[in-house]
Amino acid sequence: MPQLDPTTFATQIFWLVITFGALYAILSRVALPRVADILAARRKKIDGDLDAAATLKSEAESVLKAYEKAMADARAQAQATLRQAAEDLAADAATKNAALSERLNREIKAAEERIAAAKNRAVDQISEIAGAAAGQATARLIGRAPDANAVRVAVEAAIKSGRG
Amino acid sequence: MAESDGHSPLDQFKISKILPMDLGGVDVSLTNSSVVMIAAVVLVTLFLTLGARARALVPGRWQGMAELSYEFVANMIRDNVGPEGRKYFPFIFSLFMFVLFGNLLGLVPYSFTFTSHIAVTATLAVAVIVMVTGVGLALHGLHFFGYFVPKGVPVVMLALMVPIEIISYLSRPVSLSIRLFANMMAGHTMMKVFAGFVVTLGAATFGVGGIPPLAMNVALTAFELLVAFLQAYVFAVLTCLYLNDSIHLH
Repeated sequence: MPQLDPTTFATQIFWLVITFGALYAILSRVALPRVADILAARRKKIDGDLDAAATLKSEAESVLKAYEKAMADARAQAQATLRQAAEDLAADAATKNAALSERLNREIKAAEERIAAAKNRAVDQISEIAGAAAGQATARLIGRAPDANAVRVAVEAAIKSGRG
Repeated sequence: MAESDGHSPLDQFKISKILPMDLGGVDVSLTNSSVVMIAAVVLVTLFLTLGARARALVPGRWQGMAELSYEFVANMIRDNVGPEGRKYFPFIFSLFMFVLFGNLLGLVPYSFTFTSHIAVTATLAVAVIVMVTGVGLALHGLHFFGYFVPKGVPVVMLALMVPIEIISYLSRPVSLSIRLFANMMAGHTMMKVFAGFVVTLGAATFGVGGIPPLAMNVALTAFELLVAFLQAYVFAVLTCLYLNDSIHLH
């Protein structure tokens, strides 16, 4: 087995120490720090980006909150305005309604009074006309004019019985 | 297996000198093993530096792989050692990549698997144990040796338990080095054996008989890729666990 030939040990160990020592020196001084720099730069960049993203997110959230608050305020204000307008309109309508109905009542009452007066006058005129007519009819029938008072009494009695 | 016939499955582990070198009478020649070690260092360095060159926020494939390897080992240390393990990240990362690339380069045909040599794996394991013990002593001073005295054990039993704990601690580098060396050696030997079957069976049956061992070798290659990664991972994870013991004791 060539591995057990002691004459080769010295050269193997000598070159192993030189090459491994060189590798350790190169890697620890040059190569590994470069890779470490790349990894650290990437981690820093990623962390920075994540931080920026978190800040932007919280900003966006606060903007959204402000927007929602503004929306809610505007909605509440609009509702209050609407309610106020509706109340004003209702009150206005109520007063106008009351005034109108009062005027109508007054006019109705006046009209009723006029109607009642006209009716009374008409009734009075009816008994007069009826009395005159009855007197003329009686004069035609019996050839002489009847007593005016008697005719009036008779006509009024007839009207009364007719009404009753 | 005779090593002289040139077709032994173990020939692939032979170390051959490329450039003879001498350091105070000690043979430190540049060999096929050292060339692959140098290649591993160059490839790991290029893999990371070129991968990280774009410095893209959204990584491409190469940068993604470089980052993946970084985070793989970083997570391994975080899970097994905790935040105190950060300091030892470059060491464990180097260890993982060195073993991983050594295993993977060994799968390249006509290449050499330096992790299949006990001299290499044992040196790495000793480095790990020395480093881990040093960390323990530096952090806890002499309290570190309390690690060998299990809590809640009757005093009489300690006479038995303490030697067991010490032996278990000292056997760590042994198991660490032999596990990697044996895995790599066994896998590569098996591939060579089946490759030999392809030739011998194929020659005897007009090529037909070579198909089953060839199919086996395809499957073994995939399996060896898994083993190459898995053994590098196991080596790194065990280093993490030993480091964890040294930092947190029991």
